[in-house]
Amino acid sequence: MEELANLFHGFAVVLQPFNILVMVIGILLGVIIGVLPGLGGANGVAILLPLTFSMSPTSAIIMLSCIYWGALFGGAITSVLFNIPGEPWSVATTFDGYPMAQQGKAGEALTAAFTSSFVGALFAVIMITLVAPLVAKFALEFGPAEKFGVYFLAFCSFVGMSKEPPAKTVASMMIGFALGAVGLDQMTGQLRLTFGITELLIGFDFLIAVIGLFGIGEILLTMEEGLSFKGRSAMINLRVVIQTWKELPRYWMTSLRSCLIGCWMGVTPAGATPASFMSYGIAKRVSKRGHNFGNGEIEGVVAPETAAHAAGTSALLPMLALGVPGSPTAAVLLGGLLIWGLQPGPMLFIEQKDFVWGLIASMYLGNVVGLIIVLTCVPLFAAILRIPFSIIAPIILVLCAIGAYSVHNSTFDVVMMLVFGVAGYLLKKCNYPLAPLVLAIVLGDKAEESFRQSLLASQGSLSIFWSNGLVGTIMALGLIALFWPMIQAGWSMLMPVKKGTRQE
Amino acid sequence: MAKKSKGAAVGGPAHRSVEAGVAIFAVVLALITIGGALAVGIDWGAEGPKAGFFPFYVGLFILGSSLINLWHALRDNPSDKLFAEWIQLRQVMSVVIPTTIYVFLISWIGIYIASLLLIALFMRWLGKYGWGYVVAVAAGTPLVIFIVFEKWFLVPLPKGPLEEFLGL
Repeated sequence: MEELANLFHGFAVVLQPFNILVMVIGILLGVIIGVLPGLGGANGVAILLPLTFSMSPTSAIIMLSCIYWGALFGGAITSVLFNIPGEPWSVATTFDGYPMAQQGKAGEALTAAFTSSFVGALFAVIMITLVAPLVAKFALEFGPAEKFGVYFLAFCSFVGMSKEPPAKTVASMMIGFALGAVGLDQMTGQLRLTFGITELLIGFDFLIAVIGLFGIGEILLTMEEGLSFKGRSAMINLRVVIQTWKELPRYWMTSLRSCLIGCWMGVTPAGATPASFMSYGIAKRVSKRGHNFGNGEIEGVVAPETAAHAAGTSALLPMLALGVPGSPTAAVLLGGLLIWGLQPGPMLFIEQKDFVWGLIASMYLGNVVGLIIVLTCVPLFAAILRIPFSIIAPIILVLCAIGAYSVHNSTFDVVMMLVFGVAGYLLKKCNYPLAPLVLAIVLGDKAEESFRQSLLASQGSLSIFWSNGLVGTIMALGLIALFWPMIQAGWSMLMPVKKGTRQE
Repeated sequence: MAKKSKGAAVGGPAHRSVEAGVAIFAVVLALITIGGALAVGIDWGAEGPKAGFFPFYVGLFILGSSLINLWHALRDNPSDKLFAEWIQLRQVMSVVIPTTIYVFLISWIGIYIASLLLIALFMRWLGKYGWGYVVAVAAGTPLVIFIVFEKWFLVPLPKGPLEEFLGL
């Protein structure tokens, strides 16, 4: 029960007035970020990272993680009211959320979405509270080979789980590794891939890539698609909320199933988006009213929202316990940890107890505060989306530039941000996934370091990655994840009666 | 998205050429990476694998996967599928070009004045707002940014001659 005591200590940290204030500001900023086009969880957190440099790490992580929760909630608002998914994992929410809004039941849809998000996140936080310390304890035993195995597993899951063609995922990921390798080699102290350009000595910072790829790239996409947002208006009052809450317990089975899917998929990277689709698809197949999914069924909002938030939240588990972020936003938070001088990974649970348990406690409180804020302020947030794009776009561009500049106080980074932005637009249009690219820049150095250390120990033999049961299991899981589509295809060929239909 | 498929009436670059272009660009990146890796050594040195060891294989992976992508791009895309209509690309360029000027202006005149100009341009040119409104938002935003970043959170941002003149 040491964890429980730690958690209560964490609550004491979070309940300091300054941290509560930071939490509310974080949630508000997060919802705004989630609602605005061109700003999502990952680059929103990246842009606001410099604001936290002068705070204590605990307050800083509370603010940033609350921005993340807020952005997750904000995604649901645009999905339901405007049929525009704020984040990829809100796409499935539009299937039934927007039809509900068209039928004048926007209030019910939003209440269901927010409440399910809350339930999913809460489930995942409880899971993190119970499992993260164990994983961290376990991970303390890891040598370089096991560490590389974890990275291998993470990147293989991207290739196997991604909707995009595998060759595109590999290309995007490897370009990330190449960008991450530019600059000083950590092990030999040698410069590489700089080609004599002084600006490249410090390498490419993934924060610049995040702001460019997701921020600028998204604005360019929005510009291309035209600027008219035709939204439904929504009024949420207490009566609607209570009425919807009365109805929701009926879907406890869907909720529980979605929580489990979300947690499972969230721990492996690239999880939130497939989790929301998978949860929606299964709910559609299992539900008695499945045939009516897509026409505004409340269960069709509950399933993807619960799973997406469970996944989004549990993506922080590998980030905290192993130092391997499960999503781009988790990667940005990890980048923040490094900037504040904290080393993510299992040692965090021993050396920075206040920090870790403060963060976990803030996940509980942040989601409660978030739920209250979004339920009460929906009309306000929807109004933000009605601000014309010709005003919002340049302001977002300016904020992106500020965010990019303040990472290293370098105007070269601002230029790079624009280059990444144009590249992000083209890559996205050509169906290259961007998340693996970003995670590869973040983890490139560490993956390479553990790879080379392992090889050093084995005198260059790759057999070290199968040398004991632990590393062998992790590598085998990685290979299964890598070839998952083929395994799945083989399975459905062997079992032709099984329903192979998947939700698009 | 339905808009894009009717292609015949409105022109634009073909999707397959853009996709092939992206793949070829990735091939070039791969060759640069491999070249850079070879330059620092990809074999074993005194302290184990040399600095170019890892990037070399990364480069090979980019090369291999991009060649597959190039082949798919040319094989799978019907030649009449558009990447985007010209009018859409004009919209995109109307952001890219001012932003390019903006990022270079930042080093010369500081972020505040550059931002003022960028916001004013967008509002006046794309939004067609009246001058009063334009000036209010364009001047107000940098002011708010100055107070929030420089005063509250103590984050220094690039400044130019005007700020120097004002002694900020």
